[in-house]
Amino acid sequence: MLVARGVHKRYGREEVLKGIDLEVAAGEVLCLIGPSGSGKSTFLRCINHLERIDAGRIVVDGETVGYREHGGRLWELRERDACRQRASIGMVFQRFNLFPHMTALQNIIEAPMRVRGEPRTHATERARALLERVGLADKADAYPSRLSGGQQQRVAIARALAMQPKLMLFDEPTSALDPELVDDVLDVMRGLAEDGMTMVVVTHEMAFARDAGDRVAFLDGGLVVEQGPPAQVLAQPRHERTRAFLARVLGTGAAR
Amino acid sequence: MEAVEVVPLRRPWLWLASAIVAVAAAALAVSIWRNPHIDHAAVARFQFAPAILAGLRMTLVLALLAAVVGWCLGVLLAVMRLSASPVLRIAAGAYTWLLRGTPLLVQILIWGNFALLFDRIGPFDTNKLITPFVASVIALGLNEAAYMAEVVRGGVLAVDRGQADASLALGMSKALAMRRIILPQALRVILPPAGNQFISLLKATSLVSVIAGGDLLTAAENISSANLKTIELMLVATFWYLAITTLTSLGQYVLERRLARSGTGIA
Repeated sequence: MLVARGVHKRYGREEVLKGIDLEVAAGEVLCLIGPSGSGKSTFLRCINHLERIDAGRIVVDGETVGYREHGGRLWELRERDACRQRASIGMVFQRFNLFPHMTALQNIIEAPMRVRGEPRTHATERARALLERVGLADKADAYPSRLSGGQQQRVAIARALAMQPKLMLFDEPTSALDPELVDDVLDVMRGLAEDGMTMVVVTHEMAFARDAGDRVAFLDGGLVVEQGPPAQVLAQPRHERTRAFLARVLGTGAAR
Repeated sequence: MEAVEVVPLRRPWLWLASAIVAVAAAALAVSIWRNPHIDHAAVARFQFAPAILAGLRMTLVLALLAAVVGWCLGVLLAVMRLSASPVLRIAAGAYTWLLRGTPLLVQILIWGNFALLFDRIGPFDTNKLITPFVASVIALGLNEAAYMAEVVRGGVLAVDRGQADASLALGMSKALAMRRIILPQALRVILPPAGNQFISLLKATSLVSVIAGGDLLTAAENISSANLKTIELMLVATFWYLAITTLTSLGQYVLERRLARSGTGIA
């Protein structure tokens, strides 16, 4: 479903991604872990072309993201095509980014209606079903300011799902939440994983990575240092840097 | 236990300062009211004179037209400033620099004397095409646009970047995101300074009197140059300007309150 080969990205003089190689099969959940500044979020934003890449390529469902191959070089796509690609890749952000001037329901129907031209009644029906699925059916007419962080994030997940994406990207979805609200969101994400959604999750929640992840990749300094099944990467890391990172994050050298 | 009475802090010096200011204000008002050089009857007579009311109407028309021109052009300029094209950005920046860097009075004089620059515009005689009224609207409108461009740009920049991220991630084009998500949120930040701009515009219209723009001040000056009652006519104009700016301020306050209540994020 997702293939990234040799992805490089620079911000000015500083190279943030130094050649990322990753693959995610359909229905697989890949968790990206690593210290801040390692490029995890940047890489995630490259997957749906919110950020440009300087070299390499990212292919989602057989189509190169953000660029068109022509004459042996990659040319940036026109906005219309980039939008079409982004519409089938869902993204959930650390700070939710709900539209504050719209209710939860309006947040969810906005893109299907305006981007795909779906009729309002149909979009509303599907939106209510999605709200039900994330456990917020009674909050359809609430404005984001009236919702807790966990509720806002669940609405954000429903909003992304409304576009029926092939791939869901999560950028530290629970980092901005109070601890007691984290589980509600992780439960929704676990449910998605069980339903077979292809997911790439940047997270610090090692328990989630261990339980729901099919593979874990450790990024550091713009490169994938180590990747494999959670049981291996988290419990028996092969590289020193992975061990050091996990020791800091977990307090011991292994996932509890 | 018995409730003990609480005595608030006494502020004798604050009372003294307040008393002094009140007395001074009263003395000023009385001295103006009792001033033998002011012909109060004349003020009353001209307050609602037809010529004055016609001038007042023109002031309002000028302000509204200039606001419409200014705000539409201002939004366009703001979008240009935020665009990916350096040419558009520089052009908009240059426009703003030029129009904000020169006095409005000078701009009005230039437009008022446009015929000296081009005595024909296409098939038209400039003097017939660019009347004092048209010159006033153009000058005020273009000037307003430069200030509104900065206000709109500031409003758009104030919207959290995450909003653009989320919109684009859902597959919206930049234009759709701007129209449905960014600008509506920017409006909350734009409205107070935009309201202030309009109030300034109401007062700035008085400058068109130098090209005989037909506004309230022009009318007051025409009358006072004939009957020499300068202060009286200036008081007439002052009362009207105060009336329209105060009403506008009230309207702005109500509008801001209404916007804040519509659930735009601050509970």
